[in-house]
Amino acid sequence: MSEPIALSMSHVYKKFRRGEYHDSLRDLIPALARRAMRAGGEALEGGEFWALRDVSFDIQRGEAVAVIGHNGAGKSTLLKHLTGLIRPTQGTITVNGRLSALIEVGAGFHHDLTGRENVFLNGVILGMSRAEIRRKFDEIVEFSGLKEFIDTPVKRYSSGMFAKLGFSVAAHMEPDILIVDEVLSVGDYAFQTKGVEKMRSIARSGATVVFVSHNMKAVRDLCPRAILLKHGTLVQDGSTSDVLRTYMEHAKANTSAESAPDVRLVGVQMRGAEGERLDFEAGETADLEIEMEAGPAPAQVDVQVTILNEYLWEAFMVSSRALGLGPIELEAGARRKVGIRLDLHLAPGTYHVCVALRKADLTKVYHRVEAATTFVVTSATEIWGICHLQPRVIAA
Amino acid sequence: MSHVTKLLEYKGLLYMLAWRDVRVRYKQSVMGILWAIFMPMLIVGAGALVRFILAEFTQTKVSAEDLASVMVRAVVWAFFMSAIRFGTNSLVTNSNLVARMAFPKEGFPIAAVLSSLFDFAVAAVVVILVLAAIGALSGAQALWALPLLVVMVVQAVGFALLMSSLNLFFRDVKYLVEIVLTYAIFFTPVIFSSDMLGKWEPLLLLNPVAPLIEVIADVVVGHRMPPLYWLAYSTVTSVLLLVGGYALFKQLEAKFAERI
Repeated sequence: MSEPIALSMSHVYKKFRRGEYHDSLRDLIPALARRAMRAGGEALEGGEFWALRDVSFDIQRGEAVAVIGHNGAGKSTLLKHLTGLIRPTQGTITVNGRLSALIEVGAGFHHDLTGRENVFLNGVILGMSRAEIRRKFDEIVEFSGLKEFIDTPVKRYSSGMFAKLGFSVAAHMEPDILIVDEVLSVGDYAFQTKGVEKMRSIARSGATVVFVSHNMKAVRDLCPRAILLKHGTLVQDGSTSDVLRTYMEHAKANTSAESAPDVRLVGVQMRGAEGERLDFEAGETADLEIEMEAGPAPAQVDVQVTILNEYLWEAFMVSSRALGLGPIELEAGARRKVGIRLDLHLAPGTYHVCVALRKADLTKVYHRVEAATTFVVTSATEIWGICHLQPRVIAA
Repeated sequence: MSHVTKLLEYKGLLYMLAWRDVRVRYKQSVMGILWAIFMPMLIVGAGALVRFILAEFTQTKVSAEDLASVMVRAVVWAFFMSAIRFGTNSLVTNSNLVARMAFPKEGFPIAAVLSSLFDFAVAAVVVILVLAAIGALSGAQALWALPLLVVMVVQAVGFALLMSSLNLFFRDVKYLVEIVLTYAIFFTPVIFSSDMLGKWEPLLLLNPVAPLIEVIADVVVGHRMPPLYWLAYSTVTSVLLLVGGYALFKQLEAKFAERI
């Protein structure tokens, strides 16, 4: 297994058909007749669309690569091609090594069987041999934390327990290539941390990892390289920070082009004393000005502000309700500004302001913009981290 | 064939799927494993009833050998019905796994046949004990049944591969299969034996299952070796069915995940 390239896709195209297929023999005859008269392959028929369009990349052995993109961009389709579940319409896919996919937690679990029985069932489905599972059984149960319930039928498990057991089995595969699709969000916080750590150890052991997730922090932590998909096309392939920046910018551009929501975010600005500013000293006071506009009906709004650092960690989050503002009343079609004054005790770096306009009873999000505005914080003192605690030496 | 080597890598999966089907079928049920005996006994009962009625009309007697023959045929036929029925639905029933996981999907129809084979084994043991008790077994000749059972499984797997792949794309296949299975009792020698058909006996050959059942019954309780011609015919059709069914299955497998 000396091949340097573990995974490769070369000019892969995949088209799907919208709507229903012919599900009965009654429709087959006319369909076959139609197919016989067509050449097939290249062009799009009525109702078809490209799920993947000219996707090419190479992944070296031992690399950890993230695949990110908006919902429907083709991430899961791409993964399914790598696992061999789907064949491309055009193009080639090469896989060198034992591949295991963590696409669904608890795949194959049967409700009537006990946890123990399901561990074996799930394990063989994922590609482990029964001997291997027997060897690792205690470890798997230990990791899941479900030792006392392992002989209970899984239909009695809570959804969290279900997910933990499933993830635990999958985490103990020893593949050459590991493909993970959005499964790190199962379980409670403690379990999630364990999950990320396990993924990291698998990556460190030399396995090639392909990771699809919306959890930007996890992506950032695990993968130095990322691939950005947009509507089936590979838009960018490079360092994770670069790709994430593009992703955020695209997200911002998209949301401002949305068709009339009930309440719309019109403008977000960071302002100093004299007006709009993008640079601030650590500790300076800045005003965050948020302007919103109601749609055809009056609304009651709660504003949630999140400030993210360049690693997309949430440095600070507050809502208008927490500030004692109460529901912000908007008449139909009216505009309104909300201003929040902040003391920017932040470490030097780039920060993004994310604003979400929510219904006052918190049942609905009207409009959310991930990177509504960006500002930079500088500091004379060399400070590193999340916040600036204004250190002064009092004794030496 | 490389497909077979790949499948053998997953033999643990085959075992687990078959095991799962059997386990789930009998968990939380009162009668449990007795169902495996109950079904064939119902068919035996129906066969015996028809024989007795026929005997009344034709003024002949029903011999113990006739009844023994019906028992053997019923058990084999119950296997085929179960294997074909579960086999046809095996992919659709496991649609979640077919759509999301990548592994050789023939595991499903094969596991369906294996779980039906388990039921068959239970019923067969009971039948053999009864036959031995009443002295109807053909002695050492009955051991020929073992290679014939292999042919039986091969044929069932062939059917299951063929039907399951078709059923995935055309969901009415399972209804067609049900209808055929219901009426099959008329053109399969279960409650009658092929020699009762007289000059129409060769027509039975159109049903690939028929000569096999006839041959197995002959060998186990018939005290005679079956005609070599029928033996060869059964074996050849089974192998063709397996090879053809498997080839079609693997050809269509590429589209399973998208179409299920």
